[in-house]
Amino acid sequence: MKNAEPLLNDEELSDDLFEIVGRRAEDSEKINRPPLSAFKDSWMRLKKNKGAVISLIVLTVILLLAIFGPYMNGYKYYETDYSAAYQPPGAEHWLGTDKFGRDQWTRVWEGTRISLYIAVLAAFLDLLIGVTYGAISAMLGGKVDNAMQRVIEILVGIPNLIIIILLIMLMKPGIFTITIAMVITGWVNMARLVRAQIFKLKEQEFVLAARSLGSGNKRLILHHLIPNVMGLIVINMMFTIPSAIFTEAFLSFIGLGLQEPLASLGVLINDGFKGMRNHFYLLLYPAIVIVGIMVSFNILADGLRDALDPKMRK
Amino acid sequence: MKKYLFFRVINILITLYIIATATFFLMKQLPGSPFDEERLSSLSEEQRMEFYAKYGLDKPLHEQYILYLTNLVRGEMGDSFYFKGQDVSGLIASRIGPSALLGFQAVLLGFTVGIVLGIIAAFKHNTMWDFSTMLVAVLGVSVPNFVFAALLQYYVGLKMGLLPVAFWESYSSSIMPTLALSLIVIALIARFTRNEMLEVLQQDYMLTARAKGLSQFKVIYKHAIRNALIPVITILGPIVVSLLTGSLVIENIFGVPGIGSLFVDSIKVNDYTTIMGLTLFYSAFFVLTMLVIDLMYGVIDPRIRISGAKE
Repeated sequence: MKNAEPLLNDEELSDDLFEIVGRRAEDSEKINRPPLSAFKDSWMRLKKNKGAVISLIVLTVILLLAIFGPYMNGYKYYETDYSAAYQPPGAEHWLGTDKFGRDQWTRVWEGTRISLYIAVLAAFLDLLIGVTYGAISAMLGGKVDNAMQRVIEILVGIPNLIIIILLIMLMKPGIFTITIAMVITGWVNMARLVRAQIFKLKEQEFVLAARSLGSGNKRLILHHLIPNVMGLIVINMMFTIPSAIFTEAFLSFIGLGLQEPLASLGVLINDGFKGMRNHFYLLLYPAIVIVGIMVSFNILADGLRDALDPKMRK
Repeated sequence: MKKYLFFRVINILITLYIIATATFFLMKQLPGSPFDEERLSSLSEEQRMEFYAKYGLDKPLHEQYILYLTNLVRGEMGDSFYFKGQDVSGLIASRIGPSALLGFQAVLLGFTVGIVLGIIAAFKHNTMWDFSTMLVAVLGVSVPNFVFAALLQYYVGLKMGLLPVAFWESYSSSIMPTLALSLIVIALIARFTRNEMLEVLQQDYMLTARAKGLSQFKVIYKHAIRNALIPVITILGPIVVSLLTGSLVIENIFGVPGIGSLFVDSIKVNDYTTIMGLTLFYSAFFVLTMLVIDLMYGVIDPRIRISGAKE
């Protein structure tokens, strides 16, 4: 093609034939799609996970039922009616009644409230105590870190259940005692994880940069380090929640948690277990609800881990 | 290594001391007494003092504390308040058999089934095998052990009448509690094995093993499983904890005369000395198991060095 005759020679190709279009900066730099924050990115990945979406729906339904369920029929969870004891599920009592004639539907959702309260509490403690403790321990380092780690070592060395049982014996069994027990034991795991992660992060250059721009410890932790540990925090929180729900139900089941006439899923399952030979429905429905909650939280936690931290995906 | 061991043992002793002290003072604070209050008040002052003296309850608190600690070092935990005439150490010793049997069987069953399921799931990745194994794993982790135990007892024990319910007579009595206890072990191990296997199967040495013409069995057994199972140590801790927790409730449900049901019963009747003894027993078992697990890290996989061991 080298010797092919050009259509126009140089003289004919004068500059005025051309018009400078130029690079329009605003066009080439234009972002055609809305910006994707880290949160939205994870949300998109989570939405692709069928199991996680279903779990989210199940949990929403359970949450709504826990909020409105106890008001949906005229009964109160402590209201006894001895003439209507051991009614099988039917139009009057949707899930039947227990040995005192209390409406099981109301009691199941009342119990679910307790489980969800425990879930919120566990998440809150993880964030408030666990993250703060871990972050402070890692940032201050040295002697402070050493002392703080000794405390954690002792707490880890004692089985959680032992601490909880001893505490419950000291105080009245009940929701308040379980709350206190969780305040003592519930945040340790989170504190350790956050500390380890921040230890890794605080040597990185963006921290040095922030420091040389004059950020103090507080600003560093809140604005630079915590956002970087956020994924880990959410994931760990999602695994703490089901185990906290389990602990409460477990304690109530062996009679160390909530006491009658209060209803918790553990109490209801224990009642149902005692009468399951003839009244299986008393065991079945609370069991279905707690399994639903536990399975949903666990699948959602798995989904969140994949969504927030694709490296860990398997 | 020796230095590490030394510090760990010191640490364990401190932990146990703290637990012993905390337990002692907590018990002293407790409302309610192990004695029948009504019958006690019908006794004369002198008789009551005698009664207290028998259990050392008449001495000032610090003396009771020192006595308690010295006895503890000698391995004596005092007499049970509830089971008359039995000392706590003997009581624990007499109850430990069934618990140990259940724990051992649950671990054995859990590991065998879990590993087999995990391997199948990994080799049949993204098939129905894989999905159903993962379903078992999720259910096993999520379903509370007491719910599973109750359902097992209802369907297998009551409806089908296959196995004895809530009696501890023959070996068949141990089948259902073992199943109930092993569910979470199966779930944890199956999931873990699958994930590790999937990783190992992509390694170059697996290709080498196949390329040099080894049979499928040898590839799996000699190369894949061994490497996949090394990190299983990391989940031994949670497994031990869930077995300890599980024993409390499952022994109660199935009427197993083990230490788990002893613990729950003694709490219900305010049997202070037994509670103290069992608390210490559980704690000691827990911390020692954790020590053994940590030591195993270094032995099984030389690539993992215990922190502190390098100094």
